[in-house]
Amino acid sequence: MLKGIVTVSLKQDVLDPQGQAVLHSLQTLGFPEAQNVRIGKSIEVWLEESDSQKAESRLKEMCEALLVNSVIEDYSFEIVED
Amino acid sequence: MHTDEPTPDQIHCKKVYKQMGLNDDEYSLVVELLGRRPNLTETGIFGVMWSEHCSYKNSKLLLSRFPVDGPKVLQGPGEGAGVVDIGDGYAVVFKVESHNHPSAIEPYQGAATGVGGILRDIFSMGARPVAVLNSLRFGPLSDSEADKKIISRTRYLFGNVVAGIAGYGNCIGVPTVGGEVCFDECYTGNPLVNVMGVGILRHDQLQHGRAEGIGNSVIYVGLATGRDGIHGATFASEELNEESDAKRTAVQVGDPFMGKLLIEACLEVYESGAIYSVQDMGAAGLTCSSTEMADKGGVGMELNLNLVPQRAENMSAYEIMLSESQERMLFVTNPGREEEVFAIFKKWNVPAVAVGHVIEEQVLRLKHHGEKVAELPLNTVCGASPVYQRESKMPQEVVERQQQTAITWSVPENLQIVFQQLIQTPELASKSWVYQQYDCMVRTSTSVRPGSDAGVVRVEGTDKALAMSIDGNSRYVFLDPKTGGKIAVAEAARNVVCSGARPLAITDGLNFGNPEKPEIFWQLEQAVSGMAETCNFLKLPVTGGNVSLYNETEGEAIYPTPVVGVVGLIENNDHTTTQFFQNSGDVLLLLGDTKNELGGSSYQQMQLGKITGMPPKLDLDKEQTLQQTLLEIIHSGIVISAHDLSQGGLAVALLTSCTENYGILVNWEIDLRPDIALFSESQSRILLSISPDNTELVEVVMQKKGVPCARIGKVVSSGTSGSNCGGSTGCFDISLNGTPVIQAELNPLRELWKNAIGREMEISV
Amino acid sequence: MRCAVIVFPGSNCDYDLYKAANYIEGIQAEYVWYTSKSLDGFDAILVPGGFSYGDALRAGALAARAPILKALQRAADSGTRVLGICNGFQILTECGLLPGALHRNSGLRFICRTVNLEVSNTATPFTSGYVGRTSTHVRLEIAHGEGNYTCDSDTLHKLEDNGQIVFRYSGDNPNGSVANIAGITNEAGNVLGMMPHPERAMADWMGSSDGRILFESMRD
Repeated sequence: MLKGIVTVSLKQDVLDPQGQAVLHSLQTLGFPEAQNVRIGKSIEVWLEESDSQKAESRLKEMCEALLVNSVIEDYSFEIVED
Repeated sequence: MHTDEPTPDQIHCKKVYKQMGLNDDEYSLVVELLGRRPNLTETGIFGVMWSEHCSYKNSKLLLSRFPVDGPKVLQGPGEGAGVVDIGDGYAVVFKVESHNHPSAIEPYQGAATGVGGILRDIFSMGARPVAVLNSLRFGPLSDSEADKKIISRTRYLFGNVVAGIAGYGNCIGVPTVGGEVCFDECYTGNPLVNVMGVGILRHDQLQHGRAEGIGNSVIYVGLATGRDGIHGATFASEELNEESDAKRTAVQVGDPFMGKLLIEACLEVYESGAIYSVQDMGAAGLTCSSTEMADKGGVGMELNLNLVPQRAENMSAYEIMLSESQERMLFVTNPGREEEVFAIFKKWNVPAVAVGHVIEEQVLRLKHHGEKVAELPLNTVCGASPVYQRESKMPQEVVERQQQTAITWSVPENLQIVFQQLIQTPELASKSWVYQQYDCMVRTSTSVRPGSDAGVVRVEGTDKALAMSIDGNSRYVFLDPKTGGKIAVAEAARNVVCSGARPLAITDGLNFGNPEKPEIFWQLEQAVSGMAETCNFLKLPVTGGNVSLYNETEGEAIYPTPVVGVVGLIENNDHTTTQFFQNSGDVLLLLGDTKNELGGSSYQQMQLGKITGMPPKLDLDKEQTLQQTLLEIIHSGIVISAHDLSQGGLAVALLTSCTENYGILVNWEIDLRPDIALFSESQSRILLSISPDNTELVEVVMQKKGVPCARIGKVVSSGTSGSNCGGSTGCFDISLNGTPVIQAELNPLRELWKNAIGREMEISV
Repeated sequence: MRCAVIVFPGSNCDYDLYKAANYIEGIQAEYVWYTSKSLDGFDAILVPGGFSYGDALRAGALAARAPILKALQRAADSGTRVLGICNGFQILTECGLLPGALHRNSGLRFICRTVNLEVSNTATPFTSGYVGRTSTHVRLEIAHGEGNYTCDSDTLHKLEDNGQIVFRYSGDNPNGSVANIAGITNEAGNVLGMMPHPERAMADWMGSSDGRILFESMRD
C-alpha cells in the first residue's frame, strides 16, 4: 500500500487571516523572531497501488478534481510506503 | 472477557469500583443486590447509572418539591424532555442540560456536544428542534491583580465555548435565539455551560422511550462507537482537579453534520410509524439508553455487542457500553418493519443496524464474542441506587455576610463616570460579541432575536409564537439561597411576560458544589425550596431539568447557580413585544417599587469587588399581580416596549431599551440616594414605553391593581435636541428630582456598551 | 414559474428558501434531492445555504461535485436562472459557474447580523425590482464564517467591467471581501451568487422585507 501526503497551502498572494492571528499571538507570547505564519492543511490518502508513478499521476488528478481549490490554494505532495 | 481486565475479585479487593464512581457502601449494595461480585462491565454500568447525573441520588428528595403537573403538561420529568400543550394540536418540548466539566477541559468540543446532546433530547421526543439558548459563566476577562495565565485561560475558555456552540448550532441549522453570560471569580476554574433546547411537535408525533413487544428489534443508529467520553457521566459528577487535564480523553467530539442528518432521518422515521420507541444515547451512552428503555417498558433487552458499529479496534464490552461517542440513538422497531427503518436511514446516509431485541425477562443481557459478558436485573440498575439525605448546615459566613451593610460608600461625585464604568463591565456590556457568532434566523421563524428580554419563535401554521428565556443570578443565591432561588424563577417568568407571553413551564439547571459538604447541601436545599415555592405560587410546573454537582476547583465551590429556562406562549403574533423604544415622544413608565437594595448588585460588586448584605426581596403576591397586569395591557395592544429591570437597575434598563435612533429624557421624582435610585436591583419592576394617548389608561389600570406606576420621562429620537444634549448622536439624559445626574450623547455611550466585550477580548493580557 | 430548491446533505436553509419562494405569488418551489440527474422543466434553480457535507474540505467543495451538478451546469449553460445563497454561493464558485472563491472571514469568526447593501447593478434578472431604491435601503442578514470573496485582479477587473458585481457591502465590510463584494453574477448574467440571505427578509416581522424584491424580480 502507498500513501500520498498532500500539503495544501494558500497561494502566496491570498491573505491568510488565520495565519496573521497566529503570528500575532506568537509575537505576544515572546517569539519576536516569528516573522510570518501561513496555515495550510495536510491530507493523507491511502492508495491500493504499488506503482509509485501511477500513484503520483492519480493523486495529481485527485488534487485537481477535489482536494485543492486552485483559485486560492497551491499544493505539493509526496508518496511514501505505508 | 478481555484478558487484561480485572476480575470480579480483583475489583473487590483493589477497590477498582472507586475509579468508576462507586463508594464502598454503594459497591456493597451492588454485591448484595446481585448476590455476587460484578465483573468490570457490570461495575462500570452501575458506576454510571448510579452517578448523580443519571440517578439524582443527592438531589432526588429535594427535586420532589417541584410541581411537575399542570393541565397543559403532556410529559413531565422522566423522558428526554418535558412536553407542554400549546393548543391547535401542537406542543412544545424543552429542557436544559449542563456540560460544565467537559467544557472546562476542552471548551470547543465540550460546548458543541452540549448543544448536540440537548438537541437529541428534543428530537428523541418526536419534535423538530426550533431553537437553542445558553447560559454561560466564566471567570473575569481581565483583572489587574490576577495571574496573566489565568486571565488568558479564561478568555480561551470563553472564546472557545462560544465558538463551539456556534460551530455546532450553526451547522446543524437550529437558531440560537437567546441566552446569558456572566463573569465572576468563582467560575474561574469551573466555568458553567448550560444549554437549553426547544422543539415543536404535533401531538400525534410524540415519541417515548419505553421498550415493548417481546422479540422486537433494537436498532443502533448513528456514528460508530469509539473510545471517547468513557465515563463522562461519572466524570461530570466529580470535582475538577489537576488530574482533570490528564483525563482529556473523556471529552467527546461532536459531528453536527451527522447530527443534522440524524434529525432529518429520525423525523422521517417517526412519520413512517415503523418504530415503537426511541431514546438518545447521551450520558452513559448505550448503557443508559438500553437499561432505561427496557426498565420503563417493564421488559428486558439482549444486545450482541459485536454488532455495535465500532470506530476503534479491539474494544471491550466495558468500553462499548460506557462510550459516550456522539450522534447516536437507540430505537425499538415495530414487528416486521425493520427494513423500512433501514431504508430511510440509508437515504440519509446514517448508519443503522440491529444490535439486539426485546426480551421478557427483565434483565440487560450482553453478549460479546459469543459469550455472555453481563446480565443485570434492571431493577438493580435503574431506580435502586441509594438516595441520600445529605446533612445540611447554614454556614456561619453566610450569617455574617447577611448582617453586613450593603452600602458602605458615599455617593460618588460623578455618577455619569460610574455609569460608564458599569456598562463596560463584561457582565453588563452588550453580549453582541457573543450572539453575533450564532445564527439566530435559520428556519426563518425567529421574530425576536437575541438582545431583548426573551427570544421569540413563531409556531408555523398558527398565529402563535413561543417566547423563551434562560436566566439566573447566582450572586443573590450566594447571599441568600432561598430568596435567590425565588428570584431566579420569578425573573425568568417576567422575561417572557415582557415579550407578551404567558409562561407555560420551566426547566431548571442546578449547578452547585459538592453536596457531601453540609454547607453546599444547605445552599441546594434552600435554593430549591425558594424555586419550588415560586413555581407553586405562579403555577409554573417544572417539566425537566438537570443537576450538576461537584462544581468545585481545588475545594472551592462556585456560587450556587440555579438557572431557569422558561417557555411562554404568545397567543397572537400581534402581542409580541420587545424591550426597544420605537417612537419619539412615547412616555416612560416605571412599574414597581424601587428600594434601597444593593446587596448582590452589579454596582456593589464594582464598588467593593465583592458582594455582601441581603439580596433584593421578592414579594410573590406583587410579582404575580405585576405579571398578570402587564400581560393584560400588552394584550390590549397599547404597550410599545416592555423591559424587565435586572442587573444594573433602572439606568442599565434605560440604556438597553434605547436604539441607535431613540434615546431618553428622564426626570424621576424619587426619595432615594441618587446612586441607589439608578442602580438598585429591586425586584418586580418593569420599564414601559407607551404612547402619550394611552398613558393615562395604563396608569388607571395599574392603580386599580395596586401596581406602583411612575411617569419618569419620555423617548426622544436622535436628531431632537434634548435639554443639554441631543443632536444627531442622540440623547441619554437622566435627572433625579430635577438635578441632572447623567447627561450623555446616546450613540457614543451605546458604543462603549456595545463593544466592551470585543475590546476586552482583543487587548493583550 | 417553477423553481427547484436543491437539497444537499447538510443544507439547512433549503426549507427557508422553499418557504420564501412559495410565498411569492406566481412561484411554485419544489425540493430536488442532490442525487437527481435532471433539472428539466424548472424555470429557476435555487441553491440554498447551510453546511452541505458539514463544510468538509472547503465550504461547498463536496456539494460542487455531487451528482446533480451536471444537470445544474447544463441548466445554467442554457440560460436558466440560478441563485446560490451563502453556502449556495460557495458551491457555485467551487463548481466554476462563478469566478473566484470564498474563504474565511477576515475576523475569523462566524458573523450573523444585518448589513446594508448597495445594489451595484439593477439590470439583472435578479435585481430589476430594486430600481429607484436608495442603495443603502437594502438591508439583508448575513450568517457565515466563510464569506470573504477573493479573486485575482484580472477577474476583478472583468467583474467590474461587465457589471457582474451586483451587491456590495455598504458602510462597513463584515468579512474582508475584495471590493466589498457581497454578490456576483456570471458573465451571461443568469447565475447569481450572494452571501446575504434574501429569504430571511420577506416580511417586516423578520426585520426586513427587502429580500422579497429579489424573488419578485426573478419571477418577472
